[in-house]
Amino acid sequence: MTTAEQAPEGGPTALTGPGRAHTALVSPDSDAAAVHGVKRRRSLLDRPYALASPLLLVMALFFVGPLILTIIVSFWEYTQYSIEPAFVTTNYQDVFYQCVAKLPNLCVTFATYLSTLKFCFIVWAITLVLGFTLAWFIVFEVKKTSTQIALFLICTIPFWTSNVIRMMAWIPLLGRNGLVNQVLMSMGIVSEPQEWLLYSDFAVILAFIHLYTMFMMVPIVNSMMRIDREIIEAARDAGAGIWTIALSVIAPLCRPGIVIGSIFVITIVMGDYITVGVMGGQQIASVGKTIQVQMQYLQFPIAAANAVVLLGAVLMIIFAMTRLVDVRREL
Amino acid sequence: MTERPSRPGGLNRRKFLYGATATTALAASSNLFSPAVHAQDPVTLRYLGTAVNQSAEIAAKVKEDLGITIEYIPVTTDEVTRRVVTQPNTFDLVDIEYMSLKNVVPTGNLKGMDTKKIKESDNITTLFTEGTVDGKAVGDQGTAPKKVIWLPGESAKTFADEPTGFMSLIPTVYNADTLGIRPDLIGRPIESWAELLNPEFKGKASILNIPSIGIMDAALVVEALGKHKYEDKGNMTRDEIDLTVDTLIEAKRSGQFRALWQDFNESVNLMASGEVVIQSMWSPAVTAVRTQGIPCIYQPLKEGYRAWAAGFGLPATAEGKKLDAAYDFINWFLSGWAGAFLNRQGYYSAVLSTAKANMEPYEWAYWMEGKPAEQDIMSPSGQLLAKTGETRDGGSYEERLGAISCWNAVMDENVYMVRKWNEFVAS
Repeated sequence: MTTAEQAPEGGPTALTGPGRAHTALVSPDSDAAAVHGVKRRRSLLDRPYALASPLLLVMALFFVGPLILTIIVSFWEYTQYSIEPAFVTTNYQDVFYQCVAKLPNLCVTFATYLSTLKFCFIVWAITLVLGFTLAWFIVFEVKKTSTQIALFLICTIPFWTSNVIRMMAWIPLLGRNGLVNQVLMSMGIVSEPQEWLLYSDFAVILAFIHLYTMFMMVPIVNSMMRIDREIIEAARDAGAGIWTIALSVIAPLCRPGIVIGSIFVITIVMGDYITVGVMGGQQIASVGKTIQVQMQYLQFPIAAANAVVLLGAVLMIIFAMTRLVDVRREL
Repeated sequence: MTERPSRPGGLNRRKFLYGATATTALAASSNLFSPAVHAQDPVTLRYLGTAVNQSAEIAAKVKEDLGITIEYIPVTTDEVTRRVVTQPNTFDLVDIEYMSLKNVVPTGNLKGMDTKKIKESDNITTLFTEGTVDGKAVGDQGTAPKKVIWLPGESAKTFADEPTGFMSLIPTVYNADTLGIRPDLIGRPIESWAELLNPEFKGKASILNIPSIGIMDAALVVEALGKHKYEDKGNMTRDEIDLTVDTLIEAKRSGQFRALWQDFNESVNLMASGEVVIQSMWSPAVTAVRTQGIPCIYQPLKEGYRAWAAGFGLPATAEGKKLDAAYDFINWFLSGWAGAFLNRQGYYSAVLSTAKANMEPYEWAYWMEGKPAEQDIMSPSGQLLAKTGETRDGGSYEERLGAISCWNAVMDENVYMVRKWNEFVAS
């Protein structure tokens, strides 16, 4: 939550009315209080806190509580059939087993994270371009509001089926004797079946993009909708081309949407193991999969340690990302 | 239920064990003589296990015969173990693999089962009680049932080496697994586990991604390649784990595997689509490929089979009416109808004599004696499994189970093994 809120906070250009109101609603304490000072502070003690308390309670119960438990358990000892309260760091040592000794070769954990980060970056970059372009089309190119809504709804249709089914649907298409290979071969483009289409990095990335472009697009559409069309006209009058408008005018104004979308995509890809498993033919490691296997074998403490490390990594990425975008804004 | 006649022999020991709840136990032991029909007094048993063994037909038949309602809780193999360890009060009966016992029995969450209350206990196949088939000892590497079937008492946390009168699990089904192949795409005989890593099948092989089972298949391959002879494939040293997994890593890096599979359906799809022509496989998966009209053989190999076995266990907290019903259900299960049902699916049942009495002679000859089918062989759900004249892969019961090389197992070095296996997946 907190990271998501930071996004709108830093973008004074785009955030006029609605954005600011949104921020104030979600986190009544920090910046609202800073802006309005003491006068506002008194009312904070009653209504907003009362309004926020159900969410706070839910978060405490289902997010903060389990998280603290996970951290505690990550220091426990375990046997094949029991976990014992203790305070040992062996679980963390096991997570990073031989990571320093093996350098420059990568240990399992580093290799797994590198592979996951690679997917993250590629998927993020592609969904960003796709999401931005699609959002642009819906917001600026389609003139009628009803058409806009219709197109937007069409984008959500794939979400009427489950994740797994959407993923599975690719398998008969991409397989050795699948539709794509048959078409390619009958057209004479290739002479034998292309094996890299399925159970490969390519297949994983394809499925990720199929599944998660929507998560990037929606927040960007949301941001774009708020952009005053006159700004674009002003830019055009000042002689800016389409690329300049996109990169120097629209993109900075969509910054909150882009950051929120990026956070969605990156956190999902970092934790995903089902897509990587199914589309990668179980041959590609992912942090989530490692945790799942450890859970299967009742190795809860080491799984918890892995989860804590993963959480740390994701938080670092998100922190870095918000920094990165801030830097760009200042240029 | 207390008004039922008691069985004098059971009284003292039961009293000793149960103290104040002796009456309950009396009622339980009385069932030996009069398997109760629970229709007047409806009982529901929560049956925890994998979906594979939980058929609606069995539940319907039990309802009809005993009046007991079976409420299936279908979960994955690993989840069964996890549930027994962490939530032992959420089921009345568990169908669990023998290999899991090493993780489960030390928790004390399972009740030792009194063989005196199991009518057919003396007729349970010797494969379980002694580790022999037809008088000959079979491979006992790994968690062979004979090592974990006996408990010193009702509330035991350790295993007994000798028969004691208390069983950890009453066997339900077992089988001997091997490699599945596509004979049409391979076009030559396959005789050894070593073929799994044969470069001829580069990009067309698969192994299962369940560490504790996958490593056993890998060990059979390593032995077949002549790289190493294991003391016990089911309980490797760290060096042996390194050697085995490194062999797999090498094969993976050179592109041997098309994919790894994790659940039953994945293995069926890999085989049926022709993505893979040779892989670790489970018997019902082979059947599933065949029912699609695609040739698939569960290939017997000269190094032998990797066997597994599952059985019924009772939670330590079971008592009263539910405990009686559980014993009734287990007695019913061993009495033949269910055994025949399982045999017809290509599994093997615990008590052969009762199952035989419930099967047609031609069925018994095909499934158990390895003879050519005298007429078409149908599955319990009515699908054609074998045409007249076909024989079963692996031959007769004695041939197949006599050739067991090792059993699914949980190793002492399990933690290290899982870590090493993750390295294989990440490589």
